[in-house]
Amino acid sequence: MPAPLIEINEVYKSYRREHLEIPVLEKISLTVAAGEFLALMGPSGSGKTTLLNLIAGIDRPDRGTIRIGGIEIGSLGESDLARWRSRHIGFIFQLYNLIPVLTAVENVELPLLLTPLSKKQRREHAELALNVVGLSDRMRHYPRQLSGGQEQRVGIARAIVTDPTLLVADEPTGDLDKTSARDVMDLLSRLNKDFSKTIVMVTHDPRAAEQARTVRHLDKGTLI
Amino acid sequence: MPLINLVFKNIFRHKLRTVLTVIGIAIAILAFGTIRTVIAMWYSGVEASSPNRLITRNAISLIFPLPIAYRNAITAVPGVSEVSYAQWFGGIYIDEKHSQFPQIAVDAATWFNVTPENRISEAEKAVFLRERNAAVVGVQIARRFGWKIGDSVRMRSMIFPGDWDFVVRGIYTGAQKSTDETLFFFQWQYLDEQLRKLEPWRAGNVGWYVVKIADPDRAASISGAIDHRFKNSLAETRTETEQAFVQGFISMSDTILIALRIISIVIIGVILAVLSNTMAMTARERLSEYAVFKTLGFEARHLVLLIAGESVLIALIGGAVGILMIGPTVDGFGAVMTSTVGAMFPIVGVSAVTRTVSLLMALGVGLAAAIFPAWRAATLRIVQGLRRVG
Amino acid sequence: MMIAIPISYSLRNLWTRRLTTVLTAGGIALVIFVFSAVLMLAYGLEKTLVATGSDDNAIVIRKGSQSEMMSLIDRTAANVIRSQPEIAADPDGKPRAAAEAIVLISMPKRGTGQEAHVQTRGIAPESLAMRPQVKLLAGRLFRPGLSEVIVGAAAERRFEGIGLGRTIRFAMRDWTVVGVFAAEGSGFESEIWLDSDQLLQAFRRPVFSSMTVRLSSPSGFPPLKLRLEGDPRFNLEVKREKAFYADQSAMMAGFIRVLGLFVTVIFSLGAMIGAMITMYAAVANRTTEIGTLRALGFPRRSILLAFLIESLFLSLLGGGAGLVLASLLQNMTVSTTNFATFSELAFRFALSPAIALESLAFALVMGFLGGFLPAVRAARQNILQSLRAV
Repeated sequence: MPAPLIEINEVYKSYRREHLEIPVLEKISLTVAAGEFLALMGPSGSGKTTLLNLIAGIDRPDRGTIRIGGIEIGSLGESDLARWRSRHIGFIFQLYNLIPVLTAVENVELPLLLTPLSKKQRREHAELALNVVGLSDRMRHYPRQLSGGQEQRVGIARAIVTDPTLLVADEPTGDLDKTSARDVMDLLSRLNKDFSKTIVMVTHDPRAAEQARTVRHLDKGTLI
Repeated sequence: MPLINLVFKNIFRHKLRTVLTVIGIAIAILAFGTIRTVIAMWYSGVEASSPNRLITRNAISLIFPLPIAYRNAITAVPGVSEVSYAQWFGGIYIDEKHSQFPQIAVDAATWFNVTPENRISEAEKAVFLRERNAAVVGVQIARRFGWKIGDSVRMRSMIFPGDWDFVVRGIYTGAQKSTDETLFFFQWQYLDEQLRKLEPWRAGNVGWYVVKIADPDRAASISGAIDHRFKNSLAETRTETEQAFVQGFISMSDTILIALRIISIVIIGVILAVLSNTMAMTARERLSEYAVFKTLGFEARHLVLLIAGESVLIALIGGAVGILMIGPTVDGFGAVMTSTVGAMFPIVGVSAVTRTVSLLMALGVGLAAAIFPAWRAATLRIVQGLRRVG
Repeated sequence: MMIAIPISYSLRNLWTRRLTTVLTAGGIALVIFVFSAVLMLAYGLEKTLVATGSDDNAIVIRKGSQSEMMSLIDRTAANVIRSQPEIAADPDGKPRAAAEAIVLISMPKRGTGQEAHVQTRGIAPESLAMRPQVKLLAGRLFRPGLSEVIVGAAAERRFEGIGLGRTIRFAMRDWTVVGVFAAEGSGFESEIWLDSDQLLQAFRRPVFSSMTVRLSSPSGFPPLKLRLEGDPRFNLEVKREKAFYADQSAMMAGFIRVLGLFVTVIFSLGAMIGAMITMYAAVANRTTEIGTLRALGFPRRSILLAFLIESLFLSLLGGGAGLVLASLLQNMTVSTTNFATFSELAFRFALSPAIALESLAFALVMGFLGGFLPAVRAARQNILQSLRAV
């Protein structure tokens, strides 16, 4: 049994709205092994996206600890956390969130600007990543010239280009038609199997969840 | 594709907005530079003044004359190398509205010796000395009225009675760029002869003496010596360097200069509001994008760079366009002033300092306009930014 | 009939994007501030000089002199003028005619120490009765035959060392300041007054500068003018006093206006562009909303009008703010050398209803021009496309 990559220990998170404190996550504990493909499911408002955001280090828990690859990310400062994200997290958004003024290859190259790679190396890595997602022929296209499924594949290429420890996907198929959704899920599961990428994915699409090795359900802020 | 490329791409995102903003900044910087150049025109006389010239005038005020007899006494003061003198004529050519240029009655024999910056040929100088009603005019004023050597010019005066006839016998050019080429010189002796006939009690006076000294470092002591010489006489003198004299003139209209300076700052305020607005709108539209950048591991400083870069780039493009237009605008302004008020502005080019200051202003506006959006992007919580999508 | 979109729709939209509204209106406010300030300055100058003259008075100067300082009237001419039949008589039967002598005296200004000229007026015994606006604020009138002067309140405030009880030295005499006078904000407040006999004696000057006369009736002016100007013995010019002083403001006021308009035209382009950027963004952000309104049955013209109203209101907001800001200047006194008289003149920024209207109209024009193209774009949007764009 490989050592757990993600160790979440008694995490609480709540949001303030006006004067009300709305609990979102309550006493969540969860471990994810390296090489795992975990799907988090649950109705809207169950806290699944919040949990994903905590794992990705773009939000901080109120209480409890999150260790990823042995690092307690809650203890990192803003800058260190940003650097940690760039090295260890590949984030896949529901709405792709590509930069509209950049071409596909430039979008993929973006995270590499934070690495010491040379211009040439950056370009090679980006092209390779696009190759993996099957978009070698769309490199010079701008996002608006691509279909939704293609855009999401560019988004995935951008997530994997830095070879991160962990891929995090928030409803990656939420905005796609059936065929495109299947392509994207096939791609994610191939990344998990062939490239042994650890993936944590939030979805409410059962068909997407089928591709994961493990499915966990959240309801009202707790894992069930 | 370093981040800076993204700055360039971003400014083309809203082409219309960027173009409008650039035009706005160009106009503001143009106005700023134009005002500065107009102020510089005012001060051009200070720049043109020579350190080895003193001006001696009546201590009460410039409108009071000094006796011509002072000339010898001033020449005798140690350190003085040559003395010339002049008298304001207050002439009106054609009519009041369209002919305001300075006419000065000068001592023909010495004037061009003490003002070598007014360049004139020896032949013309000789004629000027010989003919009583000869006039030497600046090349700009000659061009304005189409005067040629030998042309007759008739004028009235606001100060002296009668009609006065002159013949243009020389045209001078300025040795430096700052030399005033709009002056009209004629013989003081001509003025004095006429006055002896018409108003004898006013004859034998000059408006001011121009005193050439060999050693500029001794200006203060020589000035003191001259003024001391005429202490407790009916016409006490006030001697100062030409520079101080011209400065004194300018300070009389310093209220206008202050107003102009305030206006030039206000225009920067106007444009700051415009660019701030553009940047604020831009940042608001891109908040989710900034959140994505942060998710990818970019830090606040990267975003600040991205936003400030865009703001500064727009400001600098606008600034550069504006600076290029200052020169033609100043010429246009001079022409409007000449045709409406009648005052002729000496033509001064746009100085390197003005260009630099204008560009710095553009840079400053660019940076200032980026402060709020950059702060907003830097402090943006990722989760909040992402939630804005859809 | 056109179906109008409620005005509150336009206003609420401005409120929704407060920052942008404030920045855009702020830019317009600055432009209107400068625009109205310039007009107020020129108007204040004119008002001051117009107030200096009186409708019942005429002034006689030498032909061609633009200011009293340049004019000369000898005693023979003065006697002839005094005997003209159109001139009113005082209760003792003496003609109400005041021969006055004007000189400029250079003095240091308070604060800066820079020298400027004070118009100094030697007045006749009749002068005060002809200028009822002049009232002593402190001290007393000078006594004839003594070296005493009274100073105008504005001059006293602006110049160093001419307060009550101080002495001023000129023309080899020490003159004691025995009174301070006000003159309802007119140009006289920037002057120093003394006995004309004393002034002429001190300067050993045989002639007066000007003569002010009170007419028995305003209709007496044309014959008086005709007779005096036609008298071949002298070279006189007769003007209504009000027109004479108003003319002295013409050059300065013209200069201020030309400069001011030149600057504000440039400014307004900047602000207009600001409004345009804002309105274009407003249109772009509300594409769906516009589609919805169209789908609800509002015609294109209503959309156009709604956006135009929004822009006009935006500019009115800015214009109003700028005008309020400028109206605060009314308490401010400005003082500068009037080119026409070569002496220091104090005057206030003066707001008139016309200036207020012009400023607001100018703001509305900016709003209209800035908002028109974006409003057209809004009105031209295709319903289906608008609804589809999310």
